[in-house]
Amino acid sequence: MPLGDRIKDYRGESHLLHMRMTQAVVLVVILLMILVGRLVYLQIIHHDVYATLSKENRVKLIATPPIRGLIFDRNGVLLAESQPSYSLEITPERVTDIDKTLHDIASLIEISDSDRARFFKLKKRRSSFEGIPLRLKMTSEEVARIAVNQHLMPGIDIVARLIRHYPQKEHASHVIGYVGHISEQELGQLDESDYRGTDYIGKSGIEKHYEDILHGSVGMQQVEINAQGRVLRKLESVAAQPGKNLYLTLDSNLQRIAEQALGEESGAVVALIPKTGEVLVFVSQPSYNPNLFVHGIDHESYRAYNENESRPLYNRALHGRYPPGSTIKPFVALAGLETGVVEHDHSVNCPGYYRLPGDNHRYRCWKERGHGKVDVNKSISESCDVFYYQLARALKIDRLHDYMTLFGFGEKTGVDLLDVSNEPSGLFPSRDWKRRTHGQSWYPGETLITGIGQGFTLVTPLQLASATATLANRGVRVRPRLVQEIEDIHSGEKNRIWPQQINEIPKVEQEHWDQIIQAMQDVVHSPTGTARRLSKDIPYTIAGKTGTAQVIGIKQDEKYDETKIAKKYHDHGLFVAFAPVEEPEIAVAVIVENGGSGSSSAAPVAGKIIKAWLAPDTEPGEPAFQAAISTAE
Amino acid sequence: MVALLHKLHLDGILLAGITALCVLSLIVLYSAGGQQTDILIKQSIRLFSGLIVMFIIAQLSPQLLRVWTPWIYAVGLALLIGVIFYGTQAKGAQRWLDIFGLFRFQPSEIMKLALPLMLARFFSEYELPPGWPRLIFAVILIGVPFTLIIRQPDLGTALLIAASGFFVIFLAGIRWKMLIGLLILGIASLPAAWYFLLHEYQKRRVITLLDPESDPLNAGWHSIQAKIAIGSGGAYGKGWLNGTQSQLEFLPERHTDFIFAVIGEEFGFMGLVILLSVYLLLTGRGLYIAAHGQDSFSKMLAGSLCLTFFIYAFVNIGMVSGILPIVGLPLPLISYGGTSIITLLAGFGIIMSIQTHKKIFRHEDF
Repeated sequence: MPLGDRIKDYRGESHLLHMRMTQAVVLVVILLMILVGRLVYLQIIHHDVYATLSKENRVKLIATPPIRGLIFDRNGVLLAESQPSYSLEITPERVTDIDKTLHDIASLIEISDSDRARFFKLKKRRSSFEGIPLRLKMTSEEVARIAVNQHLMPGIDIVARLIRHYPQKEHASHVIGYVGHISEQELGQLDESDYRGTDYIGKSGIEKHYEDILHGSVGMQQVEINAQGRVLRKLESVAAQPGKNLYLTLDSNLQRIAEQALGEESGAVVALIPKTGEVLVFVSQPSYNPNLFVHGIDHESYRAYNENESRPLYNRALHGRYPPGSTIKPFVALAGLETGVVEHDHSVNCPGYYRLPGDNHRYRCWKERGHGKVDVNKSISESCDVFYYQLARALKIDRLHDYMTLFGFGEKTGVDLLDVSNEPSGLFPSRDWKRRTHGQSWYPGETLITGIGQGFTLVTPLQLASATATLANRGVRVRPRLVQEIEDIHSGEKNRIWPQQINEIPKVEQEHWDQIIQAMQDVVHSPTGTARRLSKDIPYTIAGKTGTAQVIGIKQDEKYDETKIAKKYHDHGLFVAFAPVEEPEIAVAVIVENGGSGSSSAAPVAGKIIKAWLAPDTEPGEPAFQAAISTAE
Repeated sequence: MVALLHKLHLDGILLAGITALCVLSLIVLYSAGGQQTDILIKQSIRLFSGLIVMFIIAQLSPQLLRVWTPWIYAVGLALLIGVIFYGTQAKGAQRWLDIFGLFRFQPSEIMKLALPLMLARFFSEYELPPGWPRLIFAVILIGVPFTLIIRQPDLGTALLIAASGFFVIFLAGIRWKMLIGLLILGIASLPAAWYFLLHEYQKRRVITLLDPESDPLNAGWHSIQAKIAIGSGGAYGKGWLNGTQSQLEFLPERHTDFIFAVIGEEFGFMGLVILLSVYLLLTGRGLYIAAHGQDSFSKMLAGSLCLTFFIYAFVNIGMVSGILPIVGLPLPLISYGGTSIITLLAGFGIIMSIQTHKKIFRHEDF
């Protein structure tokens, strides 16, 4: 290096370097202040924010879903339970070769392509230490096959989840209803925190109406997790409160008898205890298998149900609206007696038809030849139409309407199966109603047919049973109900639901009740009664009334001939009854769709139910009866 | 004691600060590394090796280093080029050289010392402050290794080396006008660097700094979790081994680049202030030694080394606390692993050598 360059201004250079060192110190101090400022910002000023974020990071709430309450009938027969359903899960972290494992599993049980697709989709989304379901709803045989070979395949688990199961299948399914996956819409309506960890919610029937009670309350586990989401330890927990068990008023055995009695026919049967409103039988036929709906019904089954002309999903007992036909006559007769329009010994002549003055139209009696002289008793026991044409005309529609409303016609029953807003009220017409809905005035002819339960009048089977029970109670109307007891599994406490009176028909003369009820008893027990066949071999008395409701109108010059018209236009057969007459223990309403006359189709069904309830041991073919025989041998 | 240390060519204050950092490193690593002792053992070995290297280098006089400087620089550059052809890949970057399969090292580490040595020598050959021609030559001396390292890719080290070069230029006393011109040149070349030099992941890191929540599960995750860790530590921290962010693995790279956040979480603001004080002590002592160096070579070299050390810490703390992009630099002398510990301690060895090899001792230079 050239010497000349070594001769430098050392003082100047030294001064320059010192200046720069000083400037560097300033720079260092400034940068340090920036860092300290940042730390003050993070650790002092915003400490709360970050402390919260840190806590949220490490603490996770895990919901522990409650066990849904069970549903029993009044005798403890299980109607709905939560059953373990087995699924096969794979924990990827514990498996060395996923493809080989899948292959091994597939050699033991069936694994579909969609199972595989779902598995790989979930595998991408979840952590490797989480179990990922491969197969759902394994049969017990499949579970056994896997269990035997499980030790050969590490990372494979059989996991049980609780799934709603209805052991009685189609039996009483319209009462119990079913649960299903919570829909988006439902999610919006319910308290989401209550349903964390729960996949199912009551969709119909008791399952829906008593959702709050059956569901229970959700439990929470506060756990510490690491960054991968693995649970490290439990911090705190609140146990889930299981849902309460329900004991229905329904008698499963009686229900089954009613279902069998209806046979292949479509129809509805409702039976209840008049004094308490306990619904013993609630049949809507045909029925469906609620188990299909729990997992989400497959397309094919749903179509089969929907395309079935008899509409198995339709709850006839609750929603079905039928013309009551002649079953309404005892109520109309009572209205006549109570309002004084007719005296107790009033009688008319029935020539087989009735004509309004100045009108050529013949309002026919079902008995073409006519009943001749008809009093109140005969009008019911032989079901004369002409008597009621005249009575209705004398009562006038509005008085008839008001009186019928007292029995619950055209009114909701308030049964605990539906929201009050959704229950159909049936229909009993009035002038006002017709003006409101049709914008027309009332015609006198419409009063006549209303008097025999045709025309606008529509009742639900439940309404009809409730009205019959009110009659049996001599005017005390009790709200029908399906739940008897609510059992708290925790405390073992059973909460009984008490009967609830809706109203009482005001000051009816006892003789009037006696007269009507006697007439209804004669329907069964008089040799000319329309349901006389029921009286055979019974040690008790039945009061009843047959009814036949027209599905299509018949022209003046035509005759109804069952053989000539399609089954779906056949008349509906109806029958209402209560027994024993002296101290009624059961009231029944039966509707057999397109069953023809009530006396031949509906009355025998009611007869079997009453017999099974009042004298169960006399029914041959009953399990109890046969058991008795076999022990005797 | 002081005399003994001086005879051993060691500086008491620097040694005290370094020892403090080493002890803190082991304490924090025990917590951040999941209480594993093998991490502690490895780190102890590394720190001890570094201290030995420091001791050896402190024995070499600055004059000797000055003579060796061009060779060191040349070898460093050759090795950097060698990495391109014979380098080993790890974590997607080609930074390492395998020496006969015995051990691996990063040639860029040599450059951390070689570049300030080279520039200090280059500038000290001539009168200060340097003019434009020498400045341009200096920029080339910096630019070549910088480009080679940024292409490996190793953004952090490249920036650090550029910074060490810049500090020599700064200390050499170039006029502010030229300094500003240099900065403008640097800023003007940023778009070019963005397109030609930066890898996709490096660009993403810069974007993530500007908007960390934009990508909370990937690049931004580091930044957010580190901020949560530091912030939740508060004034006094959650206590040793009690940091939930680190113990529950929310904090990534917690025993390496993000160890600062662990200290922040477990020891709080107080702990961090003490740590910063130690860094200030080391930097301050280094600058003092530089100011009192024997000649301008020593002054520029010592100044650049200790400023680089400080900027090293500053960039790491800045990135962990979320005011700088995540460039992948460890916290000097605290973070686990890396050849950086050896290099850093070698650098302190040079500073100690400059302090203890002066021919004329003035009273205040103990």
